[in-house]
Order: sequence, then C-alpha cells, then structure tokens
Amino acid sequence: MILGEVWQSLVWGAVARRIICGLTICYLVGPLIIVVILSFSAAQFLTFPPPAFSFHLYHNLLDDPRWGDSFVTSVTIMIPTALAATLAATAAAYGSMRLPPRVATFVSGLILAPIVVPAIITAAAVYGLFERLQLNGTLAGLILAHTVITLPYVFITVSASLKVLDPRLEAAARTLGAPLHTAFRRVVLPLIMPAVLSGVLFAMVVSFDELVVSLFISTPEVRPLTVQMWSDILGDVDPTIAAISTLLLGGALFAICGQHAVRRLLRARNRIDGVAQPL
Amino acid sequence: MLNRYDPAQNERTRLRGAALEIVGLTKRYGSVTAVERVDLSVAQGEFVTFLGPSGSGKTTTLMMVAGLQQPTSGQMFLNGTPLEPLPAHKRNIGVVFQQYALFPHMTVAQNVRFPLEMRRVPKHEADRRIDEVLRLVDLATHHRRLPTQLSGGQQQRVALARAVVFEPSLLLMDEPLGALDRKLREQMQTEIARLHKELDMTVLYVTHDQSEALTLSHRIAVFNHGRIEQIGTPAELYERPKTRFVASFLGDSCFLPGRVTRVSCEVAEIETAYGLLRGRNSGALDPGAAALLAVRPERITLSRHASGKADNNLAGTLQQIVYLGQSRKLVVRLGDGTVVSALAPITEGEGGFDPGDCVELAWSSRGCNVLTNDGEANDAE
Repeated sequence: MILGEVWQSLVWGAVARRIICGLTICYLVGPLIIVVILSFSAAQFLTFPPPAFSFHLYHNLLDDPRWGDSFVTSVTIMIPTALAATLAATAAAYGSMRLPPRVATFVSGLILAPIVVPAIITAAAVYGLFERLQLNGTLAGLILAHTVITLPYVFITVSASLKVLDPRLEAAARTLGAPLHTAFRRVVLPLIMPAVLSGVLFAMVVSFDELVVSLFISTPEVRPLTVQMWSDILGDVDPTIAAISTLLLGGALFAICGQHAVRRLLRARNRIDGVAQPL
Repeated sequence: MLNRYDPAQNERTRLRGAALEIVGLTKRYGSVTAVERVDLSVAQGEFVTFLGPSGSGKTTTLMMVAGLQQPTSGQMFLNGTPLEPLPAHKRNIGVVFQQYALFPHMTVAQNVRFPLEMRRVPKHEADRRIDEVLRLVDLATHHRRLPTQLSGGQQQRVALARAVVFEPSLLLMDEPLGALDRKLREQMQTEIARLHKELDMTVLYVTHDQSEALTLSHRIAVFNHGRIEQIGTPAELYERPKTRFVASFLGDSCFLPGRVTRVSCEVAEIETAYGLLRGRNSGALDPGAAALLAVRPERITLSRHASGKADNNLAGTLQQIVYLGQSRKLVVRLGDGTVVSALAPITEGEGGFDPGDCVELAWSSRGCNVLTNDGEANDAE
C-alpha cells in the first residue's frame, strides 16, 4: 500500500514538473512565435491573428535601404569588436592569473564593470567622453565602445576555462624547453580554444544586440540595426519590424547551433578533458 | 653565510663528481618559511629521494631546482653551473609531475616529440629517439593514442619517456606514483629502478611513501618543517635514526622516554619508568638530558619468563594479538599503561601467547637508538 502511494506521488510529481516546464517554455518562447507569425502577415498594421499570409513585409525590408545599411553597419561594428574584445580579454584573463590574488580581484573588477554598472550610466559616460574625443557618430567610436562592453563576457568565459586548466601543463611545457610564449601558444591556447571561440561568438551577439550605448553615440549616418529598429518602432509602428526580428531570431538560432557543432567537432577531434565547457 | 658559496667546497664537490649542489636554499612566502636552508649534494647517477609529510617543503625544493619557483635565498649548481640565472626552459632538467601533466590535445608521440621540437632536433633524429624511448617504456605501439585513451600506468610511462627523451642532465620526479593503486605502484617502482639503471641518470624523487623511498633510493633526505632532518642511505636512516621524527616516519618505532645517565661514544644508558635501558648513542646526548629510546617492533622478542639475557628487559601484559599475514603484532601494556608493540614472524608449531599473559619484552642495545627528546610530538602519523 505504502509503495503504491509513493508511486502515485512520484507520478504526480512527474506530471506537475512537465506542466511547469511546459508553461515556462510557452512564456519564454510564445512571444517569439507570435513575432514569427506576424512577420508573414498581409496586414498593414501589427494585428493578431494576421488576416492572411504574405511575404510583403520581407519585400518592404528589401526595398527600404535603411535596413540593409544599418545591418551592414552592425556587422562592420560587430566583427572588429569581437576580435578586439577576444584578444584583449584572453590576454587579460591569462595575465590576471599571474597577479597576486588581491590585484587580480581588482583588475577583474575593472574589466567586469560594464556589466555591473547600469547600461544607461555607461552610455552617458561614453557619450561625454566621446564628445571630447569627437568619436560620437563614428564607426571607430562604436567599435571602441562595444569592445569595452563585450570585454567582460569574453573575460568570464576564458577565465573560467583557465581556472580549471591544470597549471602543471604549462609548467611541464616550460621544463621541456618551451619559453613562456611558446608554452602558451602550444599548450595553453589549444586547450582553452573552445572557451575563446565561445568568447568570440558571445562578443558578436552582445555587440549586435547592443542598444543603449549605441543609441547615445550613433548618428543617422552611422546607425546600427538595433538603433534603426528602435527609431522605427518609435515613429510609426511599422510591421516590418516583425520581419527583421524573425530574421535576427533565425540568425541567433543559426549561431547557437553553429557553436554547438564547432564544439562537438573540437571535442571529437581532441577529446579535450580538464577544460571547462562554459556556456 | 646564507648567500655565500664556498668555492673550496665547490671544488671538493666537483672532485667527488657531484651533479647537483644545493647550498642554503630557502623559500619564504611572506612570514611562512616553506624551505629553510637546505644543503644537499647529489652525485652523478645517484638516486636521491625527498621523503616527508605533505607541506614539509620537499616539492617546493624540487620546484626551485626545476626553475618553476624562485628561491628567496641560496644557490643551486648543476654540473658546476649556477642554476638561478637560468629560466626553467633553459635548465635542461626533466620533470615528471604529479598526475603526469601530459598534454591532452597531443598524441603520445606528439607529447614525447615536444621537448625535441623545442630543441630543434631534426625530424628523422627525433623519430628515432621517440621510437627508442617508447620502446624503453614498453609503449612501442601506442604512438598515436591520446593520453586519455591510456591507463594510469601507461600515462605515467609516457610522462617518464617525455621527461627523459631529451637526455636531461637531471631528472626530477614529484610523487609520480601517487595516483596509482598499490599493485601498479609496486610494478612502476621496479620499472623506475630499471630505467634509472639503463639511462644512468641523476634522479631527485619526491614521495611521502616510505616503502617507495626505501626501495628506490641510494640516499633518502627526510624533510620536516622545511628542513632536511636527516640524510643517508635507507639502511642508515632505518637503523640509525637521529630524531624521533625520522624514527617514526620511516618504519614504526616505540618510544620510551627517560633521562640520560651514562654515555659512551657507542652506547647510551637512560633511566626510565621501567628501569635502566641501553641503546646506541645517536650523538649529541649529555648526561641528565631528556632522551627517548626508540625501538623497532621487529627487534623486540617476547617470552613467558624473565631471562635477563638481553640488554633491555621489560615486563608487561599481553593485551592484543593482531594477525598481519606475514607476521603477528603483539601489543603489550607496560606497568604504567604505555603500550609497546612487538612484531613476531609466524612460525609453525608455535605454542604462542594468549591475551592476558604476563610476558617479558627483550631486545639488544645494538638494535635500538637513544635519541634526544626535543619534545616534538610525532606528527608523522
């Protein structure tokens, strides 16, 4: 009898868990699905459910050069940002391991500041500084600002990976005759590569998605996609926004799947163990 | 004197053929002293083991020789060349790390090739040496395996191959067998002894396992609190320990406290709660000083009746008999409650003892040592 009751409660537990999971998924994914559906709507305004199926929003997207231009701007910012942030953050993560613990905490605090400080404050500060340096509205300014903002994400990812890397591996390389830089290139870097690549991807996503700081320092001439979307939705609620959102969602999905594939490939090739698998 | 190196001594060492000379090596972390004025001279081809509990400074000393840690003071010479100015990668010292530290993203052959690549050894020469060293460690068919595909013992052998393939002037091993189970450990001990012989290398070996130290070493340096407590051949350390720590860390000992009454250069006599006991003088004993008689359990014989033949006789009650396979441990309680263990081989047709029997413990003064009682508790076990 008691066994039966336990069994019953287990079954109910499993059912309840499934219901909660299901509801959570609906809550998180539901809005996305609605946007996807809306993007194929034939209506001139954002109405749900859509009256008919149509590609006209995607046609709008292609016809209006502002979307294409701002997309190119976003990518032009994103790629150098990701490279610079990954390079700097990897170097910083590797270097801060060698600092005395207190100094290391201070340094990582500085690097992580952009995700701790409210975005609006960062934005205002960057705007003020760039005003003096005359960087507002320039690509260089946007790349610089985005690099600072994405730095912490790469830093966290790479640091986590370095922390679980056996320090004896580098020591072993050195005793075998490798100078410090060779030991890094031949032993440390290959082993933290998955984290570094995740870092690149992370930096790209964060940069592409960044709105607040970009809003402050961009101009109509140099305007990333997020800012374009923002101003568009503020003006008249153009349903084209649903189409661009759907494309971005597709892009994000592609990136996540791509990252998984790269990881599996690397792991199958190297059977890397002792290395963190952040993300 | 700490930072001074005596050239005359250097000359003496060179004549003796010392491969490694360590003088006054000290390492401090803030106010903590990890290694304190370690002096050591290792001859070419010698196998020297650092034995001690964890935190006794043995690994730190090794890492300073390897160049992975910087000494606070002191000097090191490898074949007469000062080591301190050389960075780790220029010292030409092979190191086998705890848990092997094989590069997980490289195959066995790539791991072994690494030091040769760093030395720009031509490819065909490198191939030849890799084949040779892998054959030496019995892994001739494992070139293309990844470290994760090997067993612990095999990984250990790859680490060894990688550390010797570039013919280092000195081989350091930091608890290389710590991660293996007992059976494999004994097997690897034999293997290491064989390799040492075949390669004729000078080896510094760190372990906290006394049987490993006794099996492998020409000489053992017992570390305690960052200092070398005693250094000597395994037999010297076992038979003639100079301190309580050495007597208890290397093998088992029973300690009976007392005061020195008479000292000659060979024998010392101490007055204890159980009467006068005699043992070998470990040096530095003064009449009247607190002392300890250290006796190995296997040196004590038990009998039913007082014979009075031996130099040292004690009466007690047999408390417990522990069967150990090769021998029996006989636990005897003395009059004041002190417990002494004797180790007796198991022989056939022996009448034996029963717990509760009144017995006599006897041992020769040549089989035990009188040590100064520095009051230090036994922190070995």
